[in-house]
Amino acid sequence: MQTPVFILFSALLIGTTHDPVKNGMSRVEGGRYVPMYGAGKNETVTVGSFEMDKLPVTNADFMAFVKQHPRWRKSAAPKLFADAGYLKNWTEDLSFPPSMADAPVTNISWFAAKAYCECQGKRLPTTHEWEFAAMAGYKYRDERRDSLFSARILAAYETPKTYLKPVGQSRANYWGLYNLNELVWEWTSDFGSVMMSGENRSSDARNLFCGAGSLNATDLMNYAAFMRYAFRSSIQARFTINNLGFRCAR
Amino acid sequence: MTTFSLMKSLFFVISCVLIAACSGKTETANGSAEKIATSEEINDMSIYQLTSSWQTQDGDEMTWSDLEGEVLVTVMIYTSCKAACPRLVADMRALEEKVGKTSAPVRYILVSIDPETDTPERLKEFARLNKMDGDQWLFLRSTEDNTREFANVMAVKYARISPLDFSHSNIISVFDRRGAMVHQMEGLAVNNDQTIEAILIASR
Repeated sequence: MQTPVFILFSALLIGTTHDPVKNGMSRVEGGRYVPMYGAGKNETVTVGSFEMDKLPVTNADFMAFVKQHPRWRKSAAPKLFADAGYLKNWTEDLSFPPSMADAPVTNISWFAAKAYCECQGKRLPTTHEWEFAAMAGYKYRDERRDSLFSARILAAYETPKTYLKPVGQSRANYWGLYNLNELVWEWTSDFGSVMMSGENRSSDARNLFCGAGSLNATDLMNYAAFMRYAFRSSIQARFTINNLGFRCAR
Repeated sequence: MTTFSLMKSLFFVISCVLIAACSGKTETANGSAEKIATSEEINDMSIYQLTSSWQTQDGDEMTWSDLEGEVLVTVMIYTSCKAACPRLVADMRALEEKVGKTSAPVRYILVSIDPETDTPERLKEFARLNKMDGDQWLFLRSTEDNTREFANVMAVKYARISPLDFSHSNIISVFDRRGAMVHQMEGLAVNNDQTIEAILIASR
């Protein structure tokens, strides 16, 4: 009796744009792994179990937040906490092109992302948590050695304007998380904890993208991860960028 | 103070900040919200917008807006540091010495990136050992979260690299009397003429 009911229920869910199955959070079982940076050479890091949003935060999600918290509206966010590009693809404080509703919210500063998560009773994931969750492929919790895994991520990085695509349209990874490496890059709570470009950040860091830190990499094959660490080390908390969004953890 | 009561006060700080962060108002733990609310022209870049609570070397609670009207010179350090921090501390002392007396008060602030270890007692002892126990010296610690937030405002990067050590940016920042950053000095033992000038202009 239970099986047909389940099938019927599942069938009802297929085809809806707001698939309720995908909402909410997934539990990521903690473990040990060797991150590319942020620890000594080949040093293992222990990550505790945590929960993570299955999907990146969307423009619609963020709209609900700014409606309740006027301080974070496009015209109101203090310059200390967000640069001039904050929510620049929104047309007004409370409107954006309808096609963007289910796309990940971007042009968002670290401060705004942090405030959003805190208001949901959550927090931003740490860099170690994010990387731990994102090294999972469809089948295993660590597929970094699989060349197809890296190729897939790099292909996604090369695809232009993925920040305009709706979230949750592809396959979930081992933990049930969607879009970790597909649509946008994501803020982490301690994005400033890896120093690989030295302290010379006086030039416009958004154009800073060089290979200076690559010799420290524990895994030279994982170029995709290298790109993420390079990106994180080049940004500042008030920056807002077209392809940088976030999701929360707990 | 016992470890337990310290933990309790840290929890207090955390809970206050969480409430403030989500209320969308600039409320603070010690009721300085009124001051912010009435001062209409708060600078958009002012650090008084940070609602976090901090503990001083004397164990007092404060927020950034409590320092309104003072020129602030800030640096992030940790007291068990053997490498760069002693030089950063020397840089701070050199600034304080060269700036000397000013018409507006200048406060020299050392913010701990290791709040767990750097208790008020430890900060006070560090101040004494380094002859930084005058009123112009302020040592602060808060939660890890608030510390990370403050570092992000100053564009200071840091990470724990071992149980005892941190790697961190060597940046000294100057804030004017309304809390807006006016100057940053990067590196160790660099020429400090511009920094001194920035402090003098801000404190005129």
